Amino acid sequence: MIRSHVLICGGTGCTSGGSQAIGEKLQREIDRLGLTDEIKIVRTGCFGLCANGPVMIVYPEGTFYSHVKVEDVTDIAEEHLLKGRVVERLVYKEAEGLKLEDVPALGETNFYKTQLRVALRNCGVIDPENIEEYIAMDGYQALGKVLTEMTPQEVIDVMKKSGLRGRGGAGFPTGTKWQFAAANTADQKYVVCNADEGDPGAFMDRSVLEGDPHAVLEAMAIAGYAIGASKGYIYVRAEYPIAVHRLEVAIGQAREYGLLGEDIFGTGFNFDIDVRLGAGAFVCGEETALLTSIEGNRGEPRNKPPFPANKGLFAKPTIINNVETLANIPQIILKGADWFASMGTEDSRGTKVFALGGAINNTGLVEIPLGTTLRHIIYDIGGGIPNGRKFKAVQTGGPSGGCIPASLLDTPIDYGNLTRIGAMMGSGGMIVTDDSTCMVDFARFFLDFTVDESCGKCTPCRIGTRRLLELLNKITEGNGTLEDLDKLEELCKYIKANSLCALGQTAPNPVLSTLKYFRDEYEAHVVEKRCPAGVCKNLMRYYIQPDVCRGCTACARKCPVGAISGKVKEPHVIDTTKCIKCGACIETCKFNAIVKK
Amino acid sequence: MKSLEELAKIRERMQNKVVLREGQANIRVAVGMATCGIAAGARPVLNTLVEEVAKRNLNDKVTVTQTGCIGMCRFEPIVEVFEGDKERVTYIKVTPEKAKEIVEKHLVGGNPIAEYTIGAAEN
Repeated sequence: MIRSHVLICGGTGCTSGGSQAIGEKLQREIDRLGLTDEIKIVRTGCFGLCANGPVMIVYPEGTFYSHVKVEDVTDIAEEHLLKGRVVERLVYKEAEGLKLEDVPALGETNFYKTQLRVALRNCGVIDPENIEEYIAMDGYQALGKVLTEMTPQEVIDVMKKSGLRGRGGAGFPTGTKWQFAAANTADQKYVVCNADEGDPGAFMDRSVLEGDPHAVLEAMAIAGYAIGASKGYIYVRAEYPIAVHRLEVAIGQAREYGLLGEDIFGTGFNFDIDVRLGAGAFVCGEETALLTSIEGNRGEPRNKPPFPANKGLFAKPTIINNVETLANIPQIILKGADWFASMGTEDSRGTKVFALGGAINNTGLVEIPLGTTLRHIIYDIGGGIPNGRKFKAVQTGGPSGGCIPASLLDTPIDYGNLTRIGAMMGSGGMIVTDDSTCMVDFARFFLDFTVDESCGKCTPCRIGTRRLLELLNKITEGNGTLEDLDKLEELCKYIKANSLCALGQTAPNPVLSTLKYFRDEYEAHVVEKRCPAGVCKNLMRYYIQPDVCRGCTACARKCPVGAISGKVKEPHVIDTTKCIKCGACIETCKFNAIVKK
Repeated sequence: MKSLEELAKIRERMQNKVVLREGQANIRVAVGMATCGIAAGARPVLNTLVEEVAKRNLNDKVTVTQTGCIGMCRFEPIVEVFEGDKERVTYIKVTPEKAKEIVEKHLVGGNPIAEYTIGAAEN
C-alpha cells in the first residue's frame, strides 16, 4: 500500500540539473530499504522554482526539498522516507537561518502564496505520462460535458463570455476567433496548437507541455467540436525533446482510452491530433508561417487577409491557439465563464504565466492574475535583484516587446497597459536587468536576434532590421552621432508600418522603448563617448588613479602592448591609444589603483 | 472511452491515490519511526494504518505520516492522533491488530480507546 508520494520535478530545468539521476538513485534506495510497496516516485512537470532546482516534494507531509544532489538521496531515503525525520539542510527556506518549525508550507511561501494557478494547475502535481492522474484531477470531464450537454455554439458563447484572450502575444479574443472559423462551411477544418515558443528567456509553453500535456489535447478536442474540425496539429519545436516525448506519450494514451479518435464518448464526434516538429525558426511562431511550415513548405508568413479562420491550413478554415490559451479552456468549461471573468482586469481576464529570468533571485515560472503590478512580481514573488544591485528595467515580450523602466513598476499588467507603455505582453517572457546592463547593448542583443531570425520575405524586415543593427553597432562602438538617434527612430517607425508579419512589425520595439526611457544612455554613448554601465568595450577607458598608484611597475611589466609608462615609485599612466582593454593591469595591481570608466 | 461513466470510474479510483498530494488532512496520524520504533515493530503498524485508512476511503480526512523519536522508546511503537484543536491522543505499544481497532473506533467512530493510551499505562 502506497503511503507516501515523492514528486520529483522532471521539467527541463531540473532535468538538466540531474533530476533524472536523482530519481533513479532514489528508486534504488527505496528498493534497498524495502520500501518499494510503500513509497511511489512521481516524475512531474515544472514546479516553478527553477532557481532552486533540482527540487522534490514529499507527501503527505508536503516537505519541499531544494538544490537536491545525487549525494543527498541516501539521506532523504534513510532519514525521511524510512525514519520520518526531515532532512533539515535540504528544506527550502525562503529566508536564511529560518528554523525548521518556522518554515512555511510551500503554498504559503512568498513565491507561491499570491500566485493563482489555472494554466499551471497540474504542473508539479501530476505525472504527465499517466493519463489516469490527469483524469483524477477532473481531466477530460470538460470534453465529456461539451460533447454530451452543449451545442458547439454554446461552447463558443462560453469562451466569448469568459473574456479569454490569446496568450501567445497578440491577445486576440479566443471566442471570437472560434466564431469566425465556426461560421465557415468546409469539408475539413483544422485546430492548430502553436507550441513554437521561440523568445529568448521564455519557457511557459514548454512547461505546460511538459507538466500537463493532456490539458492541451483536451482543449484542442473541445475547440474541434466548437468549430466543426476533426483534425488537430501541434506545432512544437524539436528543441523541446521532453515536451515532444510527453506529448507523444499523452496522445498515445488518449487514443488508447478512446479520448482521441473516433466516436468519442459514444457521441459520434471524431477528433485526432498529430505532432509536427519545427526546426527552430523564430518566424514559425507567426501563425501564417507556422501553417506554411506544417504544409511542408519553407516557413514564411503570408498576407492577412485571408485570415486562417477563413483560409488557413491547406486552404481550409483553421484556428490557431497558443499552448497556454488552450490550457485554460477545460477549466473554463468546468467552472464557467463567470469564474474565469472574475479574475484579472476589465481589459484582460484570467491569469497569465510568466517566465522570470535575468537579474532576479527566483528565476522560474509564475502564474498570477492579470492586473498584478510588475513590482509585486519582481520583488515579492521573484525575490528581488541579486547581489544587492539596483533594478534597471524589465523586458517583457522578448525581442518583440519593450523594456519597462523603474518608474513604471507600479503599472498593473494587462494587454492594454503594456501596449500603452510601449512594451507588449508577448508570450510572457520577463527578463529583468540590473544597473550593470547597458540599455543600448541590450537593444542591440535583441536586434541581433531578429536580424538572424528575419525570414527575408519582405524588404522592410530583411533590410530594415539589418540597418538598425548597424546603427546600434555604430553607437556602441563610439562612432554614433545625434543624427543617428533620429535616424534610428525614423527607421523603426518605417519597419513597424511596412513589414509583412508581426516579426518585423514588432522587431523595433526594443529600440523604441529603450530610446524612449533611456535616451540619456544613448546620448552618453554618442555625445560623451561613454558607456554609463561600463559594458561597451570600445567606450571603456582604463585609468590609473595617481593618488593610489605606488609606482611599483607591476602593471607596466604585465601590459602586453606596452601601454603603461612611469618611473619607479611615481604614479604610472596608461596610453589609451595603445591600450587594448584586456584587463591584465587591473588583475595585477595590488593597490586597486586602476579603474575602468 | 465510450461513456462518461467509464471516465467517472477511473476518476474515482485515481482520486483516492492522488489525494495524498493535497497536503495534510484534518486528522493526522503520526507513527514513531525512529530506530527504536522500527525495532519495536512500527513498520507493520504504519502499513496497517495506511491500508485501513485507504480501505475505508478516509484519505481526504486522515493523513498518515511518520515522525521521529519522541523520547519514550520503551513504549514504542507509538502512534499519535492529532485532530484540529483537540488534545492529541498517544497510543503506545501498538500492534497491527490494535492499529485496526484504532482506525475503526477512533478515526471512524470518534471514540479514542483509553486502554491503549499512554495515560492507561501510567496509572
